[in-house]
Amino acid sequence: MGSFCYFPQTEEDIRVMLDRIGVSSLDDLYSDVPADFIYRGEYDLPSALSEQQVRDYFEGLAARNSRLKVFVGQGAYDHYTPSVISYITSRSEFLTAYTPYQCEISQGTLRYIFEWQSMICALTGLDVANASMYDGPTAAAEAVRMCVASTKKRNSVVIAASLLPNVIDTVRTYAKYAGINIIVAEDVAAAAGGTADLAGILVPSVNRYGIVEDLSGLVGLAHDAGALLVEYCDPSALAVVRTPAEWGADVAVGDGQSLGIPLCYGGPYVGFMACTTACMRKLPGRIVGQTTDASGKRCFVLTLQAREQHIRREKATSNICSNESLMALWCTVYLSLMGPEGLRKVNELSHAGARYLHDALLATGKFSDPFEGKYFLKEFVLAPKCDVPELQKALLGAGYFAALQTDEGYVTFCVTEKHSRAELDEIVNIVKAI
Amino acid sequence: MKYYDKLIFELSKPGRTGYSLPASSACGTADALPDGLKRGAAPALPEVCEIDVVRHYTNLSQMNFGVDTGFYPLGSCTMKYNPKINEEVAAMPGFTGLHPLQPAETVKGVQTVYDEMDKALAAITGMKHFTFLPCAGAHGELTGLMLMREYHMSRGDLARTKVIVPDSAHGTNPASAAVCGLEIVVVKSRENGLVDVESLKPLLGPDIAGIMMTNPNTLGLFERDIKEIAALVHGCGGLLYYDGANMNPLLGVVRPGDMGFDIMHLNLHKTFSTPHGGGGPGSGPVGVADRVVPFLQIPRVSGFHGNFGIILRAYAYILMLGRENIRMAGRLATLGANYIKESLKDCYKLPIPTVCKHEFVFDGLINDGAREGVAGATTLDVAKRLLDYGFHAPTIYFPLLFHQAIMIEPTETESLETLDSFIGVMRKIAEEAAADPEMLHSAPHNTPIGRPDETTAARQPVLKYAA
Repeated sequence: MGSFCYFPQTEEDIRVMLDRIGVSSLDDLYSDVPADFIYRGEYDLPSALSEQQVRDYFEGLAARNSRLKVFVGQGAYDHYTPSVISYITSRSEFLTAYTPYQCEISQGTLRYIFEWQSMICALTGLDVANASMYDGPTAAAEAVRMCVASTKKRNSVVIAASLLPNVIDTVRTYAKYAGINIIVAEDVAAAAGGTADLAGILVPSVNRYGIVEDLSGLVGLAHDAGALLVEYCDPSALAVVRTPAEWGADVAVGDGQSLGIPLCYGGPYVGFMACTTACMRKLPGRIVGQTTDASGKRCFVLTLQAREQHIRREKATSNICSNESLMALWCTVYLSLMGPEGLRKVNELSHAGARYLHDALLATGKFSDPFEGKYFLKEFVLAPKCDVPELQKALLGAGYFAALQTDEGYVTFCVTEKHSRAELDEIVNIVKAI
Repeated sequence: MKYYDKLIFELSKPGRTGYSLPASSACGTADALPDGLKRGAAPALPEVCEIDVVRHYTNLSQMNFGVDTGFYPLGSCTMKYNPKINEEVAAMPGFTGLHPLQPAETVKGVQTVYDEMDKALAAITGMKHFTFLPCAGAHGELTGLMLMREYHMSRGDLARTKVIVPDSAHGTNPASAAVCGLEIVVVKSRENGLVDVESLKPLLGPDIAGIMMTNPNTLGLFERDIKEIAALVHGCGGLLYYDGANMNPLLGVVRPGDMGFDIMHLNLHKTFSTPHGGGGPGSGPVGVADRVVPFLQIPRVSGFHGNFGIILRAYAYILMLGRENIRMAGRLATLGANYIKESLKDCYKLPIPTVCKHEFVFDGLINDGAREGVAGATTLDVAKRLLDYGFHAPTIYFPLLFHQAIMIEPTETESLETLDSFIGVMRKIAEEAAADPEMLHSAPHNTPIGRPDETTAARQPVLKYAA
């Protein structure tokens, strides 16, 4: 064996250690493994590369991807990432720590999780938030499970057909194995009214067409039936749109990606989940709480752990452990930088661009607006009257990822504060030219 | 580490901004949200300058301990060194700027990463193919159990609703099974810490979907009867699930596929060196044997394509390891664990004295210093005292089989000098316990805070900042 930069043991070190243990070779440490299980063949892996070779190899792979100007959202939004964030999240003390089990030397992690929880509560208006979920879609799936767990003997959850497709699919997957009945409905109120064992209603705050939904009446419908109202939110949009608390929701979930997390081909992102105090003990995942140490100093700990898998095992509220802590830090730093005014402005700039592009595209005569008069925020869909593959090809040729086709045959666009008017005009000109 | 007491909210001053955005849109003014859809008061987020943010989080980071700070022998967590090249690879703009729904022809480099990663993990584990959608180990378990159910359902074998889980299993195993709608049947361990094959036999039948095994198990012991267990479970029509949380000692030594496992997950954030991030993001790809391959693409268990940024890091690590170095990874991890065990077994109770794999479990101090009117030092005391000496504590009070469990996992990236230094401190703490257990009850003494009041935290929860 040659030496390898991640393994500090010299030949002599290995000998010293084997002697202490009282065996003569490394393979003797596997004497309890049936001999035919020891893999004797050559591993079908590339030969070890040097660090420079690794760098070159991945630069080559990265170059085989097209870096496009992104004008599609659908759950992954191209908002600007301030420089500060990655400098903070790459600090070793955050990056290379485990879950904060030893709170005396983990106050950094515990404090930012507490701040994240506080910010999610501020955005949603709800009372309690957990330390994070894997992503938005899984958070929605867990919220559906929470509805059923909170309402004994009720097993049906009505979910809006206007939720993002990957949210609907993930909810359906989790529900299938948990034996939960999912009703996907265009008219949520009607479906909920006609469901006898209603445990919950899951609706988007801003839907898959970018439209801000009017959720009037749903909370009454849910609560009269003894069910929970769950709202799927874009946290960035919550700076301006009516909050889950204002709609009367019991639970809010969503994906933190829109809070400055790079697109990164879909992950890592971070889910969030908040709820009312009444639902607190059904919340899955880690929760950080404030307390004091023996000398009275303010400090933070993992708390309410009686809900969790390492204590309750099969009776836990979920199997989830820690999950996307560093991405929660990412969003926490983002929200600290943006503040209420910055986040409002992001929405204003994104909406102004989206409205401009929407109107200019309609003016080309190549689309119609299937949701005319509805208020959209940064994302919108149009019904194409032109050849969609040709349109997409022309956009792609100019370096734009836009006009993604939806299941309904619409094309979807998304504009953020990153995008310039020149880019929007170029898109419009490409459309005109086809 | 110095104590720093601020929360970002407490630095807030109205009128300060930490953002830099265009003053106005070149696209004109936006039309306002209709009143009924508009938020009332603005969210109570902090208003701070950029330097406030940088100093605040830098100060917070200095109250944190990571692998880069020092030795982190947290059992079952595999806190190995996180190579820095991995971070640079994952930060390449040619990866970070990609939208998850971009057309396939614009992400050829990404596809190569997934394809080659699939092939590499198959080679390392002896499984056929992997799905990369799960974002964590527990998420992988859940996905794997879904595949197990799909397999049985596809055969019309609908009665298989129970899954067998050893009593030594990680808590996630029974929790994942419950989330997947399976009933849990616990199989006991014997005195030697291994699954009791005789207890297993009567549990097997036409209602068993499979068994979840961690091998080596949470005591760090290789389940040497695995061949017989596999034959028995397969014989009753069930499948074998491998919990990859403890894969590290087998890295480059043993392949789960060769032991008869049908489905498994890997924790890329353990075995494949990606950073734990204070509790994620991780990645829990699920691998399957031939007969489960047809079901691999069925469940959508996360939003897009899994944690691509983590998969990139893990693949960079695999390319650094290569087929040459991988052979040493598991062996050196096992070497370190056995070295610590043998060096401390005269001070700490070693309930199972056989050779261990990557980790092992002590059951508290041999001499805890207990005497008339003075309680002895506990495992918690030892753990807290370790913090004073600049080490992270081992996993404590798990597995549940021993009341004073101390579970130690050093990993292959720690030098003999580091291990010796840890051993020296553990011996010193044993001496301190014997002489003055009360000093240990109040440890740690040199950390930013002392032991917290966890009871009040749980009884009167304060879970968010209030001005």
